[in-house]
Amino acid sequence: MSDLLEKPLIEGDKTSQDVTEDISALVESAPHPKWFALLGSAKGLFLFYMIVVGIIIATGMGTMGVNHPVGWGTDIVTFVFWVGIGHAGTLISAVLYLFRQKWRTSIARSAEAMTVIAVATAGIFPIIHTGRPWLAFWLFPYPNQRGPLWVNFRSPLLWDVFAISTYATVSIVFWYIGLVPDFATLRDRAKKDGRNIRHKVYGALSLGWRGATRHWSHYEMTYLLLAGLSTPLVLSVHSIVSFDFAVAQLPGWHTTIFPPYFVAGAIFSGFAMVVTLMTLIRIAVPVFKDYVTINHMELMNKVIMTTGMLVGYAYASEFFIAWYSGSKYEGYAFVNRAFGPYWWAYWTMITCNVVIPQLFWVRRLRRSIPVMFVISIFVNIGMWFERYVITVTSLHRDFLPANWGIFDLTFYDFGALVGSFGMFFTLFLLYIKFVPAVSIAEVKPVLGVGKEGGH
Amino acid sequence: MSDQNSNNKGGVMGIFLEESQILNAANKTREKGFVDFDAITPYPVHGMEEAVGIKRSWLPWVTFFAGAAGCSAGLWFTWWTSAVSWPINVGGKPMWSLPAFVPIIFELTILFAALATVKTMILANGLPKIDPPVVDLDLTSHKFGLFVSEKDKNYSSSELVSWMKEMGAVEVHEVSEY
Repeated sequence: MSDLLEKPLIEGDKTSQDVTEDISALVESAPHPKWFALLGSAKGLFLFYMIVVGIIIATGMGTMGVNHPVGWGTDIVTFVFWVGIGHAGTLISAVLYLFRQKWRTSIARSAEAMTVIAVATAGIFPIIHTGRPWLAFWLFPYPNQRGPLWVNFRSPLLWDVFAISTYATVSIVFWYIGLVPDFATLRDRAKKDGRNIRHKVYGALSLGWRGATRHWSHYEMTYLLLAGLSTPLVLSVHSIVSFDFAVAQLPGWHTTIFPPYFVAGAIFSGFAMVVTLMTLIRIAVPVFKDYVTINHMELMNKVIMTTGMLVGYAYASEFFIAWYSGSKYEGYAFVNRAFGPYWWAYWTMITCNVVIPQLFWVRRLRRSIPVMFVISIFVNIGMWFERYVITVTSLHRDFLPANWGIFDLTFYDFGALVGSFGMFFTLFLLYIKFVPAVSIAEVKPVLGVGKEGGH
Repeated sequence: MSDQNSNNKGGVMGIFLEESQILNAANKTREKGFVDFDAITPYPVHGMEEAVGIKRSWLPWVTFFAGAAGCSAGLWFTWWTSAVSWPINVGGKPMWSLPAFVPIIFELTILFAALATVKTMILANGLPKIDPPVVDLDLTSHKFGLFVSEKDKNYSSSELVSWMKEMGAVEVHEVSEY
């Protein structure tokens, strides 16, 4: 990291005024035709998703591949996938903030937006999976006329309800609080340009922020406290997601390594998604290249490589313990995972998550936009397969051979999986247009980094 | 220092263009004996809190007590629902099975602490404020303002105007509210 501090974080020798102009222009000017083209295709996919989910809900869970013995299928796999994606956003916005990593300022806003949108996308899946989503409110303990009959607080699935809803709430609040001073900037610019509607909308969103030192004092303390609260929160959320599996007695699920293994995997996949999105934004909005520089991308690639190796270590450790424990069910579950009917899923996961990221050892590849784009896509494919491998291969052959079976994806499984990307990208594109995509107030203090007389 | 945001009050505001100038000006203003003044900056300026003479924010206390409240609420609620209101035997586990309730209690601690902190920050800053006073529209972009309230005992508008200019202010406004 020390070599980065000598280089400017923001390129193009910008002043505070330039930063305001650059970032506000994205919101204020009419979007590029490319943006409309992207939004159109994302929206098309989103509509397809709505239709698929509508049919699944109207017809029933029989449309999807889940059956005996594999009762957890695409819905749970994709839910864990999207929640994991979200975790990189919190890592960048909260954990790197606590560690005073100044480079985070350029990407924090988009990463947080990605968190909020990914968690929203994820949240749909368990609700579909319940089969009767119109009764989803039963997941919450509210006073009712059935006793009152309370939820089972000993169940990991209920822990998940609390973890995900708390995470979604705190992430939205954290993101919004970061946006307040930037909304104030947009409000004042709208006033100057005589844009009444824009002035009113951003004025309301800015809560009347003025930037007095007395306000900044409380504001910065709040930001620090939220970062401090989000850090254990993000670790708890994916730990609790892993408890959905680890608390069960099923071979392949019942391991103590799951919480750290899931958290590392979440950060891994989330950073890959940030890299995917940032490479695309850099192409679609060239001014971004000054803010999200190759140095930023390289640092993210280093995080991908590190967490990829952590995940690889977890894969190896699982195998070792399966053998070392002497449990024949555990041992069989892992042999079956790598060489059974789902061998292709297992080796896809290993290739994408452990082998391919090793290319980042080479500095030239780590700093090449096309290379990192391709690798980040592979990582995301690999991480979806990781959850598929964990969920499906453990369930399809458990203790009794009479209970064995095979899980096949149906059209509706594919539709829900692919369609969810439509939802994600639609929301992300709308975010890029209507919200300052780089934190204006956070970038200005780091303009001096790497300059004569800067800090 | 008490929070004076809620009172509408006038004074003098100097507009500066450089971060170093406003920081210097704020320090000098404090050294000159002014108490009732504030700086308006587009981003948090390092060292400005000390320059304006603001003590460390008391918000962590709110976070602590709200977190403690969330923790207690979670503890009480899981106990009351699982062991008192309608105890149900699930897999032979004890009715009061504390380790299984820890995730719920933890999440509620975080949720209460985070929401209370944000809510208190918004209220302490006198937000949301409809039609906030605007002295210069660039104060949220790249200019800096130093405001001295007429309530300060050393206040003298004509002296302040010339003094602000001396310190490098490009414009000085007499404002009815900042």
